[in-house]
Amino acid sequence: MTELWEVFQLPFMQRALLAGLLVALMSSVLGVFVVQRGLSFLGDGLAHAAFGGVALGLLLGVEQPLWVALLFTLVASLGIAWVRDRTQLSSDTAIGIFFAVSVALGVMFVSLETEYSVDAWNLLFGSILGIGREELLIIMGVTPLSLGLLGVLWGRLAYATFDAELAQTDGVRVRGLEYLLFALAAVIIVASVRVVGAILIAAYLVIPAASARLVSRSLSGMTLLSVVFGLVGTAAGLVLSFFLEVPSGSTIILTQAAVFVVAAVFARR
Amino acid sequence: MPLLHAPALHVHHVSVRFGEAEVLSDVSFDLDAGEFLAIVGPNGAGKSTLIKVALDLVTPLTGHAALFGEDAGRHPERVGYVPQLKTFDRTFPATVLELVVSGLRRSWPAWVRAAERDAARAALAQVGAEKLATRTLPKLSGGELQRAFLARALVRRPSLVLLDEPATGVDFLAEHDLYDLLERYQAVGGATVAMITHDLAAARYHASRVAVLNRRLHGFGTPDDVLCESCLKKAFGHLRHAHGIAV
Ligand SMILES: Nc1ncnc2c1ncn2[C@@H]1O[C@H](COP(=O)(O)OP(=O)(O)O)[C@@H](O)[C@H]1O
Ligand SMILES: [Mg+2]
Repeated sequence: MTELWEVFQLPFMQRALLAGLLVALMSSVLGVFVVQRGLSFLGDGLAHAAFGGVALGLLLGVEQPLWVALLFTLVASLGIAWVRDRTQLSSDTAIGIFFAVSVALGVMFVSLETEYSVDAWNLLFGSILGIGREELLIIMGVTPLSLGLLGVLWGRLAYATFDAELAQTDGVRVRGLEYLLFALAAVIIVASVRVVGAILIAAYLVIPAASARLVSRSLSGMTLLSVVFGLVGTAAGLVLSFFLEVPSGSTIILTQAAVFVVAAVFARR
Repeated sequence: MPLLHAPALHVHHVSVRFGEAEVLSDVSFDLDAGEFLAIVGPNGAGKSTLIKVALDLVTPLTGHAALFGEDAGRHPERVGYVPQLKTFDRTFPATVLELVVSGLRRSWPAWVRAAERDAARAALAQVGAEKLATRTLPKLSGGELQRAFLARALVRRPSLVLLDEPATGVDFLAEHDLYDLLERYQAVGGATVAMITHDLAAARYHASRVAVLNRRLHGFGTPDDVLCESCLKKAFGHLRHAHGIAV
C-alpha cells in the first residue's frame, strides 16, 4: 500500500490523475445524453475534428493550437447538428462525413509540417502522463463551466432526450438545446483531447454511460453511476498502468470496458 | 387578455403544408368549454397535425389556433397532452413516477420531492394505475404505458385534454375505462376533452361533439348530426374518391 501512496507523490502522476478525473467527470455526465440520444459515434467524430484542428494550428504556427482546434471542432459539431436538424440523413451519416474529412485534413496538415508530427501522434493516442501545466489549467477551467451548464440544463436536456415533442409542448427550446449540447461536446472534447487523446476521449463519452445505462432505473441514477464508473475507471486504470508498465490511456479504456462487462452481467438478472 | 367566454379551442382557417403536400386545408371550428370532442378520419387525414397546431408544435401556413382566447402554446400548464405511444424512446430509463412528475414540473426530475410524489400517486390512482408507480417504462405493456401517460397529462389538472389515439393498443375493457375516467375528470373540473379515435361507435356514445376530418373538415357537430349515414357517406365517398381509401 505504501507503494500506491508513493506513486501519487510523483508530480506527473498527480497531474495525470487530476486531469483524468476532471475529464472523466465532465465526459461521463455529457456521455449520458450522448448515449441516450444514440450519438455514441459523436465523441469519435469530434475528437478527430479536434485532431484536424490542432494539426492546422501547428501548421499555422500559432502559440496555442487549441484555439484553432476549438474553432475547427465547433464548426464540425454544429455542422453535424445542422445536418441532423435540416436533412433526412441520420446522425451517424452526418458524423461519419465530418469524421472522415477531419482526419483527411489532419493528416494532410501533419504531412505539411513534419516538425510536429510527434505532437500529432500524441493527439490521437494521448499522453496523459505528459500533461503540461497549461493544459491542466485549461481543463480545470472548463470543468466547472461545463458541469455548471449541464447541471442547470439537466432537467430540460433529459426531458428533450426522453421526448423532444413533449418537451417542446412544455416550452423547452428543444432545437437550441441540441445545438448547445453539440457545442458543449466540442468544448469538452477540445479541452480534453491533448490530455487523453482522441481515442480515449471518445471512450470516456460512451463507455461509463453505457455501463450505467445497463444497471439504471432512472436517468438521474444513470448519471450518478456514469460519473462513478468514469472516476473509478480512471483512477484504477492509471494505477494499473503504472505497475504493469503499460500505456495508461489504453489501460483506462480497458478498465472502463471491464466495468462494462461486469455491468452487462449484472443487468441480465 | 383571456376572453370571458372564449371557446376552449378555437381553430381559425388553419391550413398546413409539409413540402408540397397540403395536410390541412382551411379548417375552422369552435369547441366550447366542457365539451368532449371526438376527431375521426382515415389514416393520414391530418388529425395528429391538427392537435399539434393546437399545441403550437406545428405552425400553420395560414390561420391560427387559440386556447381559451389565447394563442396556442401560451399556457402549457392548462393543456394535458397524451401523445401517440409510438413517438417516444422506449429504452429510456425512467420510472412511471418520474414520468408523471415530469408532467407536473414540466421538466425532467432528477429527484422527486415529497409533494410531487403525492400528487403523482394521486394522478396514478385516478387512472387506476397506482401499482405502476415504481415500475420502469421499458417493462410496461401498451395499456399500462397509456395509463401512465394519461396520469402524466392529468396531474397538472389541465382545462383542456388533448389525446392522440389513446385507445390504440388498449384492449376493449380498458378502452371503456378510459372513456369513463375522462368523463369523470370532466365532471369534476368542467374540463374540455379533444380526442382522436378510430372507433365511430365509441365516438357516437361518449362524445358531445364530433369532427370528421380528411384534410378538410367534412363535418362538425353533435354525433347525431355528423355521424348520420348520409353525412358519413358524403364525407367518406369523397375520401374514397380523392384518396382511394376504403372505410
Ligand atoms: N413533420 C412532418 N413532415 C412531413 N410530413 C408530415 C409530417 N407530419 C405529418 N406528415 C404527413 O401529413 C399527413 C397527415 O399526417 P397526420 O396528421 O399524422 O395524420 P393522421 O394523424 O390523421 O393519421 C401524412 O401524410 C403525414 O405523412
Ligand atoms: Mg395520427
